[in-house]
Order: sequence, then structure tokens, then C-alpha cells
Amino acid sequence: MRRTGQKAVSKALFLQDWYETEMSWLSKVRNSISSLAKRDTPDNLWMKCPSCGEMLFAKDFEANLSVCPNCQHHGRIRTKTRFDLLLDDGYSVLPTPKVPENPLNFRDTKKYPDRLKAARAANPYPDALTNAAGTIDGRKAVLGVQDFAFMGGSMGMAVGEAFVAGVEKAVADNCAYIICTAAGGARMQEGILSLMQMPKTTVATRRLAAAGLPYIVVLTDPTTGGVTASYAMLGDVQIAEPGALIGFAGQRVIQDTIREKLPDGFQRAEYLHAHGMVDMVVHRKDLKGTLATLLGYLERKEVA
Amino acid sequence: MISFLDFEKPIAELEARIAELRATADGSDLDIDGEIGRLEKKSAAMLAATYAKLTPWQKTQVARHPQRPHFLDYIRLAFTDFVPLAGDRTYGEDAAIIGGFATLDGRKVMVMGHEKGHDTPSRIKHNFGSAKPEGYRKAIRLMEMASKFGLPVVTLVDTAGAFPGVEAEERGQAEAIARSTEACLALGVPMVSAIVGEGGSGGAIAIAAANTVLMLEHSVYSVISPEGASSILWRTADKAADAATAMKVTAQDLLALNVIESIVPEPNGGAHRDPAATARTLAEAIGRELDALSGRSAAELVRQREERFLAIGSL
Ligand SMILES: [Zn+2]
Repeated sequence: MRRTGQKAVSKALFLQDWYETEMSWLSKVRNSISSLAKRDTPDNLWMKCPSCGEMLFAKDFEANLSVCPNCQHHGRIRTKTRFDLLLDDGYSVLPTPKVPENPLNFRDTKKYPDRLKAARAANPYPDALTNAAGTIDGRKAVLGVQDFAFMGGSMGMAVGEAFVAGVEKAVADNCAYIICTAAGGARMQEGILSLMQMPKTTVATRRLAAAGLPYIVVLTDPTTGGVTASYAMLGDVQIAEPGALIGFAGQRVIQDTIREKLPDGFQRAEYLHAHGMVDMVVHRKDLKGTLATLLGYLERKEVA
Repeated sequence: MISFLDFEKPIAELEARIAELRATADGSDLDIDGEIGRLEKKSAAMLAATYAKLTPWQKTQVARHPQRPHFLDYIRLAFTDFVPLAGDRTYGEDAAIIGGFATLDGRKVMVMGHEKGHDTPSRIKHNFGSAKPEGYRKAIRLMEMASKFGLPVVTLVDTAGAFPGVEAEERGQAEAIARSTEACLALGVPMVSAIVGEGGSGGAIAIAAANTVLMLEHSVYSVISPEGASSILWRTADKAADAATAMKVTAQDLLALNVIESIVPEPNGGAHRDPAATARTLAEAIGRELDALSGRSAAELVRQREERFLAIGSL
């Protein structure tokens, strides 16, 4: 039978993926940013589609919303790209709320403040969740985006507080809140305080509902652990990007527990759709239009 | 017969000597009661000294002790007139979370909690206290009923975490936990939660988003198990003790972090050495908290619960 503690590994397994690739990923981002800045995207910059293996020009891939033209694999995209993709021109990025830093005085193989510093140096925003206020085809909305590149998108106090701030802004502006989720799970360096962000963000979704305002969730790759088990599953409408990995427990942990092969497509967007967990799987190119249509239906009808 | 933990070895040896002396005394005229009494006092003092300075990792082991009282023990020892209620009305009955009507020293409540089981058949029956979506959906159903009939909700938390399985995922483990947490926050009646063993991550918070949260003295509550944190952050399985310390998982840590309201003391040597006394102290502590919350309006209770969680991580 199962050993105690095995399960709890699960929600952080995707974070493990992130830790394993942290350095290579960060240096890749830095290099691509610097080369982009110097001479635009050079024509000779190739990349291999992680899904079908096709060799693609990085420039073409990015121009195609980071979707593989061959197999439609949806790559992970950064916060600003997401804002530009979904919001009309003229949106404003909201400040990231300040939170207590390192209240546990946490240290594993590195000090938590050092990990934060490295993540901030490699990212344009101070933590993993950033909000922007703007319009989507003319309809007002506040959009939150979680960035997997910032410590695996992990949910700590800064993410919880930013989520609450985004919802408060939506309530103040009398408009929808839309969240694009991406997270390997909880921010372990914040221990129990990260777990407490699950009820905290749920207080916010309840306040949005009490104000009669729409809450739309866009699940992007990957959304797992405590994020999935709180605000990522509470939308009025649940959208997922094609192929996105979405789940509570990590696949390796499940496999260790049941000792059987996992079903094909397990925990992918299409699988969740087939099991009734999301309303629709929407291609990135159709995402903005879909959100605009939904906002049209969810607009508050004024009672005379 | 108490099974001893590794760090209790000197106490175990002393207890063995006491048992030996007793056996000798039984079959002879020797008067060694005095000696036995002296050794028993010494043993109790050693136990008290050991338990006064348990490390977070040792506390984790105490919290997981197979003889630690579980939900059904507390039902037997602290509550009366328990009426178990079963099923989520959608898929099935999950015995990893048990709940129903009960009376706590004259107060009618809805009580629910994780049950880990105490031997192999019962552990299998209760799935080691790891609930599936139907367990959380049953909890939601019971919470809503409690709200409807004005019954305060008491939850006893004791789980390594929600069950990681294919079917649990297919039936929406994440959604069930999220909705259960939401149901706690929506309650128009007082809710008091007590972490009595392990508070394992989302599987715990799903029934612990309460007005007041208590922890037994040697229970633990964390976002991931120390073993899990060890393998991810230190990349090795043997840093669990360091991880337990770094993550601040003990009742004393959580009180200092303002995540819980108070600590319920355990008998000398931990709850498993005297389940009845533990149950009594726990019942009194829960009763006090319920009384403190009674008389408040539904709106006040919701508001207090919301502010309690909004404050965590706010400057
Ligand atoms: Zn491809």
C-alpha cells in the first residue's frame, strides 16, 4: 500500500520539473532576450517543436502565437505576450501588491530571497501573477496572468494577494475578472502561508460572485496542485488551451500509487473536457474572440 | 501496548525493565513496589522531557503514530448520539471522510473529519484517510445542510493529503477540494476545525477554512509533506527532518505565524498514550470556541472567516 507522504510529493512535481530546468531555461530566456534586442530575431535561430519534433524558425513560431504550425502544440508564453494577445491596445498593468518577504526565513539549498532575486532578475514583473486592466473587443475586464517562468508560477502570498487585488479592481470597475492560470503548485518556501492562499483566493472569487460579476478561468499549461484546487476550478466559465496539463496530483505520484499505466491524454485539456471539468478547449488564436463573446453574455443586465 | 518511536528508545528500555520487574514481583514475595514506583516516575519524567523538546520531524512522527486517536475514536470518546450520514448523492460514499450529526457536551453539531483506520482492513476501508472527490462532495453536502438547520460545524483534520489516483482526477479532485473550501467560507453557522494529526495540504484545508482553527499540541500542518519537500528542494529523500524544520509545520510554529488560534495540550507522551484524556481536553476546547462564536449572525460569521484568511499574507 501507499506510504505516508508519497502523495504530498504530487503537487510539487511540476515544480520539480521547473527546478530541474531552472538554470537552462533562465539562461535561454536571457540569451533570447539579448539577441532579440540586438538584431531582432535572427533568421538563423531555430527551435525544435517539443511535441512533434519539427524544426521551426523561432521567429515564425513566435509570430504564430507560440503555436506550432505543424501540430498546433501550444507553447508557454510570457505575461506581456498574453496581455497583448487578449487585451485591446491601451491597457494598464496594475502594480503587484507588496507582501511580507520570507516570513519563514526559509532556506533549502539556497536562501529563498536569493531564489526570488534570481527570478526577479530574469522576469519583468516582481512575482508570478500580474494583472492588467483594459478592454477585450471594447468590453471592460481585469486580466490576471500567471507566468510559469517565475518560479514555476508557484502560488505564494504575492500570488494570492495579486489575485485578491485583481478581483478588487474588477469589483471597483464593475467588470469581469479573467485569470490565465499556470502553476506547478504552491510556493513551498512559504510553507503553510502558501497553503492559506487557497481559502484566501476563494474569498475573492466569492466576492466577485456576490457583486454579480463574471469570473472566467483560462487554464494554460501547466496548471496543477493547490492552484487547480482553488481559484483555477471556480470559474463561471472554464476554458483550457489545447494540450494544457491540468490536474491536482502529479502524474509520477499517481503512477507510484496505482502502479498502472496512465490513460492516453490523462490530465490534458481535452481529457478534462471529456470528463466534464472544462466548458471548452480553445485555440490560442480564437481566445480573445471567445472571451469577448462570453463577456457579452455575462454582462450584468440592468434592472429597470 | 504502546509502540515506541525511534527517539523514544531510552524510555522504551526503561519501560521494559519496569515490566520485567513487575513480572518478577508477581511470582515472588519480594517487595519491589518502591523500586517500580521510582522507575515509573523516572520514565514519566524522561517522557515529559523528551516531548517538551520534540523536533518538527519528531512531531511529524507523533502526528502519524499508528496508535494516535483518529476520528472515530474522538466520536466515541468526546461526542454522543452520533448519527453518521453517507454519500455525495452523485457518485458514491467515501469512508475517508466521515460525518454526521453529533452532540458535544449538550451542543448539537454537524461533525466531520478524516479517518485513517487503525488496522489493515480499516485502513483499506478508509483509504488511509486520503479522500476522493466524493468525500469532499459529501462534506459540502453536510456543510450546506448544517447551514440550513443552524447546526455549528466541527471538523477534525487528519490526512496525509487528498488521494492521488486516476479516477479521483477524472471525477474532479481539484474542483471538489476548491468547492469544499468555498463551502466552508460560505457557512452561515459557526465552524471550528481542529488539526488532530496530519494536516496534509489541500486535502486538509478543504474542510478547515473555519472561523477558528485549533491544533493538538503534537499535530502538524503543512503545504507538502517533509518527504516531498526534501525530494524537490534538496533533491534527496533524506532531508525530511530539515524540510520539516524549514517549512514550520508544528502547532507552535503555526500559532506564531497567526495561522491558528490556539493549541490544545496533549497528555504526557502524546495523544496515543491517553486517547480518553486527549478527547476530553479537545472536546472542552472545541466547546469553548463554539460558545465564543454563538450568537453571531450568519453575515458576521462569514465576514470574520473571510477577514481571517484575507489577512494571511497581507501587509
Ligand atoms: Zn509541433
